[in-house]
Amino acid sequence: MNLTLKIWRQTDAVDKGKIHTYEVAGISQDMSFLEMLDVLNEQLNELGEEPIAFDSDCREGICGMCSLMINGEPHGPEVTTTCQLHMRSFNDGDTITIEPWRSGAFPVVKDLVVDRSAFDRIIQSGGYISANTGSAPEANSVPVPRDNAVRAFNVATCIGCGACVAACPNGSASLFLGAKITHLGELPQGQPERWSRVVDMTAQHDYEGFGGCTNIGECAAACPKEIPLDVISQLNRDLRTAMKHGH
Amino acid sequence: MALSGLAFVGFVLGHMYGNLKAFSGHDAFNEYAHHLRELGEPMLPHMGFIWIMRGGLLLALIIHVACAIELTRRAKKARPVKYVVKKHTGAIPASRLMRWGGLTLFLFIVWHLVNFTFGKVNVQGGSTDDPYNLLVDTFDVWWMTLIYLAAMAMLGAHLHHGVWSSMQTLGLTGTAEARARVKTISFAIAILIAGGFSLVPIAVLTGLIER
Repeated sequence: MNLTLKIWRQTDAVDKGKIHTYEVAGISQDMSFLEMLDVLNEQLNELGEEPIAFDSDCREGICGMCSLMINGEPHGPEVTTTCQLHMRSFNDGDTITIEPWRSGAFPVVKDLVVDRSAFDRIIQSGGYISANTGSAPEANSVPVPRDNAVRAFNVATCIGCGACVAACPNGSASLFLGAKITHLGELPQGQPERWSRVVDMTAQHDYEGFGGCTNIGECAAACPKEIPLDVISQLNRDLRTAMKHGH
Repeated sequence: MALSGLAFVGFVLGHMYGNLKAFSGHDAFNEYAHHLRELGEPMLPHMGFIWIMRGGLLLALIIHVACAIELTRRAKKARPVKYVVKKHTGAIPASRLMRWGGLTLFLFIVWHLVNFTFGKVNVQGGSTDDPYNLLVDTFDVWWMTLIYLAAMAMLGAHLHHGVWSSMQTLGLTGTAEARARVKTISFAIAILIAGGFSLVPIAVLTGLIER
């Protein structure tokens, strides 16, 4: 496959940045999207040019490190992460535009790399369960009803990649926030801190400069883990209950 | 946003019911309009009900617009650098029309109030003291009917996303089934209201309703 790549280049956080155009040839359909970028970087290295900076880690779709807005869609056209996107999803001769996540709360570090520590600070503000350490408790001492366990597991698949923020026309992180609130709120261990958690995490979300949710739904369509929109309803419901409890 | 929006939904349903009285003829329509002014008497003063409604609607409008401005402001701040290419997978067109649609509806409502309530403008130059005749004179003019139908299309789109969005904001769509149900209801309400309002202008223009 021969491709034309339009890639956002930005030397550092203060640089204004702009789109550069590159040509790559001889790309195999079986390559992952990141491997295709590796090929381009090899070319740039040989020419003595600065390679393109992009994030990746596990390259098996579970860590949430890779990002990339590919032709206007987070993680590209398939419901998966960029590392698990393969070149067979594209055609020979295609032009592909690659941009970093665009969010005021995710400042660009370099080229396609953004700083997503805003998500870490949201987790630090309440996305945990406080427990005394010691020997592991007997696994069945706290029974979890099946439906709650299933829902908690389903939304715990959120890898915090930020695709929801990247897709959202409002730049909101409500799907991420809703996934964390639902995940912990469904479990007995999550109950003691349930109401303070939702208030604190929402306050941190707003403080980080993420936008407000208007229920458009592009986040759920972009999510590589298919987190459903009902977690945002759960978030709103928990927030309302928390306010009733005086938080 | 959700609560003020739902207040508007309640209002337009009542308003639409009143409009459909036009199909019962001149006297039924005017009597209904007149009765609204006496509703609640003698507990309420003359025009009491009307002014309570106006006050409530104005309050809802202020809340709705203030929330919309705040959400727009936050959205702009949350994405200071725009994408070069952006697709909108997963979004219904109506959801992306809310801000411009809201502004369009606001301008329409201003004209609508000038037309029928505060200004009383008869574009045909006739009398304005008879509600039914003013209605017929207005919609007999094709471009007036066109303006109203365009506004109703915009209202339908606004409701299509708005009703669902309000339920989601209120936390009432916690399962996939509830979400599917609410989205269907939302679409049905949009069609019902936009369609119901459109019937009268169309009926006037086609001669089904006449003076």
